[in-house]
Amino acid sequence: MRAPKALAAPYVVWVLIFTVVPLGLVVGFAMTDPDGNITLENIFAMSDYMSVLFRSILFAIIATVICLVIAFPAAYIISRANAINQSTLIVLLMVPMWINFLLRTYAWMTLLEPNGLINKLFGLVGLGPYNLINNSGAVILGMVYNYLPFMILPLYSVMVKIDQSVIEAAQDLGSNKARLVRKIIFPLSMPGISTGIIAVFVPSVSTFIISRMLGGGTNDLIGDIIEMQFSGNSYNPHLGSAMALVLMIIVLFMMSLFNQFGSEDDVPL
Amino acid sequence: MKRFIFALTAFVMLLSLAGCGQAAAGDERASTEEILEEFGLDPELFSDYDYGRFYGEEITLNVANWGEYMSINDDEMTDVNELFEALTGVTVNYKTYASNETLYSKLLSGGATYDIVIPSDYMISKMINEGMLEKLDFDNIPNLKNIMGGFLNPQYDPTNEYSVPYLWGMVCIIYNTTMVDEEITSWKTLWDEKYAGNILMFNNPRDAFGIAQAYLGYSLNTEDREQLDRCAELLREQKEIVQGYVMDEIFDKMEGGSAAVAPYYVGDAVTMCDDNPDLEFVIPEEGTNWFVDAICIPTTSDPENKEVAEAYINFLCEAEIALANCDYVGYSTPNQAAFELLDDDAKEDERRYPSDEFLIENTEVFVNLSDDANAYMQELWTQLKVDNSNVWFVPIFLVCLIAATIFVNVRRARKKKRDNF
Repeated sequence: MRAPKALAAPYVVWVLIFTVVPLGLVVGFAMTDPDGNITLENIFAMSDYMSVLFRSILFAIIATVICLVIAFPAAYIISRANAINQSTLIVLLMVPMWINFLLRTYAWMTLLEPNGLINKLFGLVGLGPYNLINNSGAVILGMVYNYLPFMILPLYSVMVKIDQSVIEAAQDLGSNKARLVRKIIFPLSMPGISTGIIAVFVPSVSTFIISRMLGGGTNDLIGDIIEMQFSGNSYNPHLGSAMALVLMIIVLFMMSLFNQFGSEDDVPL
Repeated sequence: MKRFIFALTAFVMLLSLAGCGQAAAGDERASTEEILEEFGLDPELFSDYDYGRFYGEEITLNVANWGEYMSINDDEMTDVNELFEALTGVTVNYKTYASNETLYSKLLSGGATYDIVIPSDYMISKMINEGMLEKLDFDNIPNLKNIMGGFLNPQYDPTNEYSVPYLWGMVCIIYNTTMVDEEITSWKTLWDEKYAGNILMFNNPRDAFGIAQAYLGYSLNTEDREQLDRCAELLREQKEIVQGYVMDEIFDKMEGGSAAVAPYYVGDAVTMCDDNPDLEFVIPEEGTNWFVDAICIPTTSDPENKEVAEAYINFLCEAEIALANCDYVGYSTPNQAAFELLDDDAKEDERRYPSDEFLIENTEVFVNLSDDANAYMQELWTQLKVDNSNVWFVPIFLVCLIAATIFVNVRRARKKKRDNF
């Protein structure tokens, strides 16, 4: 039994160097002042930024919910298609992800600008121009667009394993569609849902480039404020680390809360 | 098998050919004249500096510069780094950064080793104060003589020991003539309700405060808290009508006609006007910021590369090289020899090359603020950016959280009940 453990060594070393040590550094920076004295002042200073922290979380929750609502039926349809269509659909889903995330967000800028493609199309039929960019809606749109595949893929990989006979059994026993989804498909896809939620929520809550590009700097999120502490006017890694630490703890708390009610639904087959 | 042997022979031959090429390059370098002519430059205009002395030493020079701030990767213009590599045999490892502050934190955290950096004025004085810059050996930079007298011994480097000016410019207002009917002369346009939703603003505190300070007639280097507060108030008023806070995104937005007015740097305004003839720019009458970006060698650089780095600085001060960079970037050159080679149009444009009197009377250079003032400005800026009138975020979030907690517990209780049966 020792050999398999030894095989984990590269991963353990990797995690130690690139996760544990940096996390320790974040905590270390957050708890000290520039002279190296231990202080809680950075954490207290966070209270000024609570509103932006909550805004980030709210945006991330909205984006996650929208992703879930879109991804659930999409993943179900893909998982019930025949084998060839399935792989085609999955490839279609993956293709946009081959293009760099930054470029895709830039593309949205060109689409949403007051003089952009969408407004030009509206202009052709005598509508608009509408204010589509530089508002919170555009930021959430950016999050949904960029992270939607991270919701669909885990959902799909779980749903594809749901045996068709289970669904047929439910239908034979007289279950209508709503009941089928609520009692059979939803509980059985729970592991995929919880993975998907984490995969969408965590990058959404910490993003800074989407809010800068699509929010036009008027809808800054906590990621922007943290970034500003490192590359802004005053270089303050201590406050930046404190913000990152508080964000991390809140996200951890929310994840554990969510996992709790996720695990309740582990229906043994 | 035959094919394999053929492939192998071809491979070996290729290797030996490459080896030959290298050996030839290592032994004898083409003459400076030949190299320059190959690059389409006039050897007459080049100094007789000995660029060949590092040949064959396999040195790599690490250069960090602003994005789009040097004539490279453009087929129609001289690639200055390629030319330097041909002249010296040194490999140039060119990297870019997005702001003075990013460069500063990169140098400070020791994450990167650069032999050449090109920060702006106030950042240079900050770096000098903190001992982050190496003194230059001007015996290796004879082309300093090309630099205009007005740019020597500047405020940010009073003894002129650490830096050689690279490019400079001012902050102007750029506007779209199809959306603006009047003649713009003042910063107050950026607060004009008429353009609500069509105004862009700098997305960095120093430049944004600089505009408020110029508008209010304060010094651009004020550390007075009341004045800074007043500026922040003004910027907050402006936030209501600002479309967005941008940096380089401005190119797309102004060129695409998505906004009517915006402050930006003159050199970039020149580039934008070239791309979209509807655009026009003006230096506001209240005065503006005059900035200089200068070439420096950080103390964290490789000491063995210092002489090469100085040769590189000298190279950037060659008339034709400075001209190529100035043409490519659109900013103004402090290099007299390059200035003389410019088109008359550019030379006579007072927004690009204003008179010395204008610069003295109407402009101010940023100096480095005290840590205290910097931190205060950053704090005001963050508040401005974060501030939102929606007080509902916190309560909504808390309600959601409580609801989730109740939900989880109710479910758990129910399940327990169910399990009990």
